Amino acid sequence: MAYSDKVVDHYNNPRNVGTLDKSLQEVGTGLVGAPECGDVMRLQIKVNPETQVIEEAKFKTFGCGSAIASSSLATEWIQGRTVEDALAIKNTDIVKELSLPPVKIHCSVLAEDAIRAAIGDWKKKNGVAETAPAATAEAK
Amino acid sequence: MSTVTTQVEVPAGVKLPIYMDNHATSPLDPRVLEAMMPYLTGKFGNAASRNHSFGWEAEQAVEAARAQIAKLIGATSKEIIFTSGATESDNLAIKGIAEMYRERGNHIITQVTEHKAVLDTCKRLEKHGYRVTYLPVKADGLIDLEDLKRAIDDKTILVTIMAANNEIGVLQPIREIGKICHEKGVIFHTDAVQIVGKVPFNVIEDNVDVASLTAHKIYGPKGVGALYVRRRNPRVQIAAQIDGGGHERGMRSGTLNVPGIVGMGKACEIAMQEMDTEAAYLRGLRDRLRNKFESELDYIHVNGSWEHRLPGNLNMSFVYVEGESLLMGINDVAVSSGSACTSATLEPSYVLKALGLGDDVAHSSIRFGLGRFNTQAEVDYVAAKVIDIVKHLRELSPLYEMVKEGIDLTKIEWQAH
Repeated sequence: MAYSDKVVDHYNNPRNVGTLDKSLQEVGTGLVGAPECGDVMRLQIKVNPETQVIEEAKFKTFGCGSAIASSSLATEWIQGRTVEDALAIKNTDIVKELSLPPVKIHCSVLAEDAIRAAIGDWKKKNGVAETAPAATAEAK
Repeated sequence: MSTVTTQVEVPAGVKLPIYMDNHATSPLDPRVLEAMMPYLTGKFGNAASRNHSFGWEAEQAVEAARAQIAKLIGATSKEIIFTSGATESDNLAIKGIAEMYRERGNHIITQVTEHKAVLDTCKRLEKHGYRVTYLPVKADGLIDLEDLKRAIDDKTILVTIMAANNEIGVLQPIREIGKICHEKGVIFHTDAVQIVGKVPFNVIEDNVDVASLTAHKIYGPKGVGALYVRRRNPRVQIAAQIDGGGHERGMRSGTLNVPGIVGMGKACEIAMQEMDTEAAYLRGLRDRLRNKFESELDYIHVNGSWEHRLPGNLNMSFVYVEGESLLMGINDVAVSSGSACTSATLEPSYVLKALGLGDDVAHSSIRFGLGRFNTQAEVDYVAAKVIDIVKHLRELSPLYEMVKEGIDLTKIEWQAH
């Protein structure tokens, strides 16, 4: 399997690896994927309650290099965006940025799911109405 | 967070990349190449040419190789049929026996962790009216002999069970399997590709009737293999699957690959002389590798029986780290993974799944295949590199963090996708 330079870069230098305290009111946590499928992503966001801007994003991923790169890139992209802006990120944007081959598209889908799941969790905690589809992994 | 790529020092004398995938194929031994060279250059004759010296010299070389191969496995020269490799040998054995003994019965017994050359051949026969029993394996990768006894019925014509597994290196109890087959009057074929030249294998002592062999796993050339077909007690007959000039006593037509055959003979001769010392050497390297992993890492385990195993095989799961990402971090080391992401089908290894391992553990497995040309310095480098990458990837792994916090991963409702 040949990886694009960007995948290799994210694999070698993953951005925003870590854990936020999920008990905090302003933190939303998304955990998507399954160990038996070979990839699990946990993406966390810390949202400013005034501006709804994602001030911090952290991830940890069990999965192949493309899965690690997709989630690393996702944290990079959502930091500094409002939650509504972050929801506009599509898996196809990730595919394009990382030049993922067709067999790795599910990695990008999982990263999009992780963003939605984290934001969904934050909204639920903070009583913000859902404007996006429920944060569940779709069949694919 | 520090970067994943690390600076594990490369010891003096170690050249990168390191090849540690000797179950897939092995490098050509220079002594084998030397034996082959005359037949790749001046001595080009067709071994089937009966009326000139070019043919005679080729035939002589083929017969010398046949004797070297036969000697290694305790057979006679006339019992060795040359083929293009183990896949052809497996096909010829199974299809040839199925066809020849069709009137006696239509039942074949095999087991679930066989190579695809056996499994897919059996599947094809199922489409042609044969009945195939696929025996399960125990958690250690070995079949239960009681299962085999129960599976044999009055329509059983063939039992085909590998001697050593290509992924996990476990050695099936072939001697006992052969004994059971002989008591019941059933032919016993074994795919002996991984065992020959590695640990003692003797067709008489091991009660084997038909055995598939290949050259390229024992430091010989690719594209040449053989089928051992027993001529006495019992005499086994095989219907040819390739028609033509009637070479190899009518069992396999086609002009012989003389240089390849000479190489296979030489490889067998070397294996015969060096097997004992080499096995001890490889066992030492393998144990060293395992011990290093176990002294530095938690949540790792060996897949398959440790006791009944090829000396050069170490198949380990590094749980909570996905195999492909691990391979990506050790890209200067050639090994294999049971991870789905490394396979064309996106399915994790069927061999590991047959052991009852969860998909998640199968995804985390790496096969180290040590061989003749690996050194202790290479083992030390590979161990250090793998340990380093596993530690880094576990810093990235949500599963490892959760387990460390005492969360039971089996209790989580995962969103399978």
